[in-house]
Amino acid sequence: MASYVIVGMVGVLLLGFWKLQVIDSDKYLSMAERNRVRSIPVIAPRGRMLDRDGRVLVDNRPSFSVLLLRDDPALVDKNLPGISEGLGIPIEDLKDDLSTTRNLPKFQPIVIKPEASDADVAFIESHRSDIPILEMISISRRRYISGGFMAHASGYVGEVGEAQIESSNGRFRPGDFVGKTGLEKQYNDLLMGTDGLRRVIVNSVGKEVGPLPTQEAIPGKQIQLTIDYDLQQVAEQSLGTRPGAVVALDPRTGEVLAMVSRPTPDPNDFSVRVSKEEWKRLNEDPLHPLLNRAIQAQLAPGSVFKIITATAMLEDKVPPESYTAFCPGYATFYGRQFKCWVYGKSSHGVVNFRKAILDSCDIFFYNVGMKLGIDRLAYYATKMGIGHKTGVDLPSEESGLMPSQEWVERVFHRKWYAGETISVSTGQGAVTTTPLQLARTIGGIAMGGVFKQPHLLKDAQNVGEERFNISEPTVQKITDAMYGVVNDGGTGASLKLAGIELSGKSGTAQVIGYSTRERLGKQKKFEDNAWFVGYAPRRNPEIVVAVLVQESGQHGGTASGPVVRDIIKAYYDKKNKNTQGQTTVEYNHYDFGEGTNPADAAAVVHAAQSEAPAKIEGASAATAAIIPPQPESQTVPPPSKGTRR
Amino acid sequence: MKDAPGTRDYDWWLLAILAAICTVGVIEIYSATHGSPLAGMHMRQVRWLVIGFALMFALSRLDYHLILDQAPLLYVIGIVALIAVLVMGHSRFGAKRWIPILGEFLQVSELVKLIIIIVVARFFAEVRTDELSLPDLIKAGLLVGLPLVLILKQPDLGTALVLLPMLVVGAFLAGLQWQHAAIVSLVGILAVGSVFYPPVSRHILKPYQRERVTSFLHPEEDAKGSGYQVLQSKIAVGSGGFWGKGFGNGTQNQLGYIPVRYSDFIMAAWAEEQGFKGVLLALGLYMALLLRLVQNAQRAKDRAGMFLVMGVAAALGFHVLVNVAMVIGAMPVTGIPLPLMSYGGSATLFVFLAIGLVMNVRLRRFVN
Repeated sequence: MASYVIVGMVGVLLLGFWKLQVIDSDKYLSMAERNRVRSIPVIAPRGRMLDRDGRVLVDNRPSFSVLLLRDDPALVDKNLPGISEGLGIPIEDLKDDLSTTRNLPKFQPIVIKPEASDADVAFIESHRSDIPILEMISISRRRYISGGFMAHASGYVGEVGEAQIESSNGRFRPGDFVGKTGLEKQYNDLLMGTDGLRRVIVNSVGKEVGPLPTQEAIPGKQIQLTIDYDLQQVAEQSLGTRPGAVVALDPRTGEVLAMVSRPTPDPNDFSVRVSKEEWKRLNEDPLHPLLNRAIQAQLAPGSVFKIITATAMLEDKVPPESYTAFCPGYATFYGRQFKCWVYGKSSHGVVNFRKAILDSCDIFFYNVGMKLGIDRLAYYATKMGIGHKTGVDLPSEESGLMPSQEWVERVFHRKWYAGETISVSTGQGAVTTTPLQLARTIGGIAMGGVFKQPHLLKDAQNVGEERFNISEPTVQKITDAMYGVVNDGGTGASLKLAGIELSGKSGTAQVIGYSTRERLGKQKKFEDNAWFVGYAPRRNPEIVVAVLVQESGQHGGTASGPVVRDIIKAYYDKKNKNTQGQTTVEYNHYDFGEGTNPADAAAVVHAAQSEAPAKIEGASAATAAIIPPQPESQTVPPPSKGTRR
Repeated sequence: MKDAPGTRDYDWWLLAILAAICTVGVIEIYSATHGSPLAGMHMRQVRWLVIGFALMFALSRLDYHLILDQAPLLYVIGIVALIAVLVMGHSRFGAKRWIPILGEFLQVSELVKLIIIIVVARFFAEVRTDELSLPDLIKAGLLVGLPLVLILKQPDLGTALVLLPMLVVGAFLAGLQWQHAAIVSLVGILAVGSVFYPPVSRHILKPYQRERVTSFLHPEEDAKGSGYQVLQSKIAVGSGGFWGKGFGNGTQNQLGYIPVRYSDFIMAAWAEEQGFKGVLLALGLYMALLLRLVQNAQRAKDRAGMFLVMGVAAALGFHVLVNVAMVIGAMPVTGIPLPLMSYGGSATLFVFLAIGLVMNVRLRRFVN
């Protein structure tokens, strides 16, 4: 009997071994492999961004991240207090990190300190044996030129979000750094390399005992931008800290030479990890520092729009070129009074086409707009780039808005009021543009109707262009007039540069109507937006610059004009440096008046939300997302005094 | 009574099986420890084996009747030694099990196992009735119970448990009545049940023992805590597959994932590197060993000899069962070594001395 017991016992044990070694062998084999192999990511450095001359705009700096190896929970629990003390991380934070990542595979280490100090590195190295669950990986962090230089164009990187991971088809993994905005986002696929994997054999106490074949990291590609470092610098400095935007384009190619938006965060602050408080502060800042005003601020272009009205007039010959208007400082349409910007100070008298542009006479363009009608105006504006995106290679560009009969019917289910055309013809009312749009449109008109797609990538393939044939005489007259604005005693006369055919058009767009302004008193918040779009030379320009200074309380020629002048002067200085030496520049310091539209329409527009506009009353308009054409714009504003310069 | 039986009378088959098992053990100890701070351990094991062989032959020469005659004295020595260990023994791994003898630390409880085999054999051999009476059963229980409790106090649950099969097998052979068997079984089930029932086990088990029980019942709950050892052992065994990873190639073994891979879990190391075929060989050898012991017991010339050999068989069989079942996660971790394969001086000497008793009985089977 004892023999049977022995045989039975051995048989049962063998069955147990059979189950483990034959039936479930694969499962245990993979568990043994996971025990043995530790995979540590090798982070691929992102590609650099260079300016058009090959100067570094964005590069990387070396940094260490501290990883916690979680495959042994007992070891983790035991060492948490020591790690907390040694690395100066509150133990609650470590526990948070562990609990938020508990669904990830255990063999995947987590980052507990993204930016290790020298002391941290020393701590980890000296505790290799007694705290074997800490590991460091070298990470290259983004380094941007400090102070927010070109920050909105470059964008910034951040840890990839859940939604991005899901839509990336496995390309992104948690903890990856990807472009969040700007060029970093636009060209993320180029800039981002492929991470490698360092695989090592570890023993039961976590000590590395040998290497396995390593999967090398493939660094991201470097991209060359069209940005000119020198011009960018001038643009940054010239705009200073005033809220607004600068865009400089080469209208011949669409290359963006400079792009500035203010206020700006410093993207270096995001290169490691943004604290929740900081993020909240940035998002709730009423000045919206994260907004790239160059492509996202949708604002009334003010008198800059008169160039479009003027082009439409000459092309349609409605009214004929010889048309003159008499400007007593105001005009009456449909029984309501519309003011010219000189109202209360003087009058323009008899105004012809050229004088209307030079002096930015509102009365002349009210009449032109009335004669053309909104449909013709919208046709020309749309053809020349207003109301739709420029197609710049940056994410989240806004389209602005060109109102039309069709638009009010679609959005507001009402008829177009003829009075609205009066506002629109001088760039007020519902029409909004971005700085980039204005630069492209004015540059394109000066190019004779060739509108290049703006872009920041130097060797961009298939740069799009829109052609809209503008007759030669029209281009001649328009560009001559814009030359006159600066060089023949127009609203930009203070910007005159010797030896440079600087031409352009100013614009001073009201943020709120006169009636509202009077009610609230003259608060800075509701000051006018100052525009100036300038280019040089007068025909077939090489550079066009659009500058917006928001709520400066100054008119376009005064607030924005000098920025345009500085950039264009810098462009020529650089161009002539080797051949002619420095160009002497003469400055004229006349303070000229500037036209604004008296139509009582608000037109400050911040980012996005261009869909489903809501009707907003006067005062709240300043903070509203988008302002529909106000019924007010048809009412005649009460005569106001002293608000003009 | 004829002295000095000839060398022909030794059980050469048994010795061959023993040698094979020892070889497997030494090979695996070498594989598990070479290139580690424990390197050279296989040679120390060889030394113990040599000493063990010598002691086995020496013990086989001394007539077992003389040994049985001294059973009461041996019993007293054993009890005193156990008490001495508790009072002034040397602690290792959190338990007082060792006393220094001849410059080595020996586990007293291993010696006591041998003594209990002898004492139990003597006791049942003297019960001359066909049926084991209840007073005799209780006497036997007390005889074994005293050292068992003392060993539990060390604490060493594994070794204490080894005393039970000696008693059980002896009682069966001595004509245990089924009513008594039923009662004892019931008590046994209650005892085991209380070990697994936390409210009771809290009072009778040490914390580390409770942890082992818990991790045996719920290994996945605490994969790196107490269940770690069992899980790593199972990974080692399972990943070995049918053919094994090859000598010196077991990652669980070589990288130290298998706990005490040269001793209690040596079967896991062997199973990982040699696979199911290696397990087949090893368990086959153990089966042959046990069957051979049973055969020797049947051929013993008297009841005392039979009881002695069956006591040895019961002890070794229990060792193999509990150790191997632990390695495959079928029983809780009890710290019982695998006879002759696990590294360890005291345990090895116990096995050889026990086999020495078997040889002793065999050598005298024709003598009368």
